[in-house]
Amino acid sequence: MYTQALNSSDGDERHVEDAERAAQFQARIDADERIEPNDWMPAAYRKTLTRQISQHAHSEIVGMLPEGNWITRAPSLRRKAALLAKVQDECGHGLYLYAAAETLGTSREELVDLMLAGKAKYSSIFNYPTLTWADIGTIGWLVDGAAIMNQIPLCRCSYGPYARAMIRVCKEESFHQRQGFEIMVTLCRGTEEQKAMAQDALNRWWWPVLMMFGPPDQASQHSDTSTKWKIKRFSNDELRQKFVDATVPQAQFLGLSIPDPGMKQNEAGNWEYSAIDWDEFKQVLAGNGPCNRDRLAARRKAHDDGAWVRDAALAYAEKRRQRATLQAAE
Amino acid sequence: MTAANITVSETPLVLYTLRRADDALILGHRLSEWCGHAPMLEEDMALANMGLDLLGQARELYSYAARVEGRGNDEDKFAYLRDVRQYRNLLLLEQPNGDFARTMVRQFFYATFADLFWRAMMHSSDPTLAAIAAKSEKESAYHVRHSSEWIVRLGDGTEESHRRAQEAIDELWAFTGEMFETCDSERGLIDAGIAIDPATLRAPWLKTVSDVVREATLALPSNDWMQQGGRSGRHSEHLGHLLSELQSMPRTFPGATW
Ligand SMILES: [Fe+2]
Ligand SMILES: [Fe+2]
Ligand SMILES: [Fe+2]
Repeated sequence: MYTQALNSSDGDERHVEDAERAAQFQARIDADERIEPNDWMPAAYRKTLTRQISQHAHSEIVGMLPEGNWITRAPSLRRKAALLAKVQDECGHGLYLYAAAETLGTSREELVDLMLAGKAKYSSIFNYPTLTWADIGTIGWLVDGAAIMNQIPLCRCSYGPYARAMIRVCKEESFHQRQGFEIMVTLCRGTEEQKAMAQDALNRWWWPVLMMFGPPDQASQHSDTSTKWKIKRFSNDELRQKFVDATVPQAQFLGLSIPDPGMKQNEAGNWEYSAIDWDEFKQVLAGNGPCNRDRLAARRKAHDDGAWVRDAALAYAEKRRQRATLQAAE
Repeated sequence: MTAANITVSETPLVLYTLRRADDALILGHRLSEWCGHAPMLEEDMALANMGLDLLGQARELYSYAARVEGRGNDEDKFAYLRDVRQYRNLLLLEQPNGDFARTMVRQFFYATFADLFWRAMMHSSDPTLAAIAAKSEKESAYHVRHSSEWIVRLGDGTEESHRRAQEAIDELWAFTGEMFETCDSERGLIDAGIAIDPATLRAPWLKTVSDVVREATLALPSNDWMQQGGRSGRHSEHLGHLLSELQSMPRTFPGATW
């Protein structure tokens, strides 16, 4: 119902947001109050959050695929159980996030359909392939690590359900990050072959991980209003820099080299990295990453193959409802 | 160089424990294949949950078998360095996932058995097996609940789901008899109160299964020819493919620690 209001609000007198309500809303945000689902909110706030939360949910779900690719080949039973549990956590994150997005008035089905139709985005990082076991360590270390950098500030986001979902999600992401790093430590203390595998994975994931923080600040479209609404508290470049500064010492600890020979530490102690290939980023967002087609195809196949199961569950629930009504009438 | 198979000295208790461990690992592995591909996110969660329970059971059982055997094997050597002929799991559990109905019927047949089995094993005179049984029984009770709810939903859902569920029952039925078989090496363990005689579980198993199948408006086949061989390493062709995937890393990188 909220969505219809959202769709018909343009030019509809009853839905014109009067300046007074908008000012009250901004005052609540400025006072660091949490906005809850039943509170009045500007249509653009609702739309921005629906897009952001659902993209985040899609990322969790599509993100199950690259790591899921190694569950059946994990090299020890302990690693296999940990990886299966991790991928299951990501699915749980997707579920909380869809539930948070639904509080804004769009159903999970609609949101998922947009993703399957290729009309909604998910994180560019999941369009890269996992080629070796070291990729599983690297994803935990760097991809979960980058996700935490992005998401810790979201625990204080102005929208209550999103902020609360992020608190729970962040705890699990930091567990994943430690687990990934521990895989890397094991590889780097292992045979020459294992160490080479770790370095190769870092070489392939480093730049795509830096792209996860989004376009550079001067090119970013959504930041201004998101900042005003306290959805976003740090800029893309600020978060990226924090991530790089946190990661360099970890790579040094592992004895791995970051594939950016020009990197240097400045007087303020920040690590300055070389230019990011934003053309690659644009291509991946446009659907031309190495795995975009495979990822969408896998999600569509799961959805299509599962249709008869979901139909059966609905049909059965309906039969039960009818039987209960009949019984009550007797 | 590839990593060679280990040798196992299959004394009765080692063999008994390995058989149950292999059951749990192989079914857990099959369930883990669904991860990311299930019909709905809630089922991705549930299938992973059951898979994790089974992997946990397998690890405890392998570790116990290793302690009993006392020859330097461990959970990973048992899982990763035995070939098809050394695996001792039930044929039912290595059957491919197929569609969701096939997976759920396989789960339902096995979990109903496992729940009865572990409940009885809680009284084993072997304290380690009794402790593993207590934990496994709680887990398998949930697996029974989850899978039997699906059997009813699928059987009494749509025409298509009914047809698929019936097909799954018909296809998997011949693998259920093996659950109740005992071999000679188990006799002594049964007499000592360490193991239980699975034949005693047949009647209660059939009752639960028949009740659920009836509620689901499905039917059990009248054909009672039963396949056997898993317990002695005579498997279907499916297991070799499963193992080549499961074991690929330790076989490719012998001696490495992960
Ligand atoms: Fe996540
Ligand atoms: Fe995340
Ligand atoms: Fe994660």
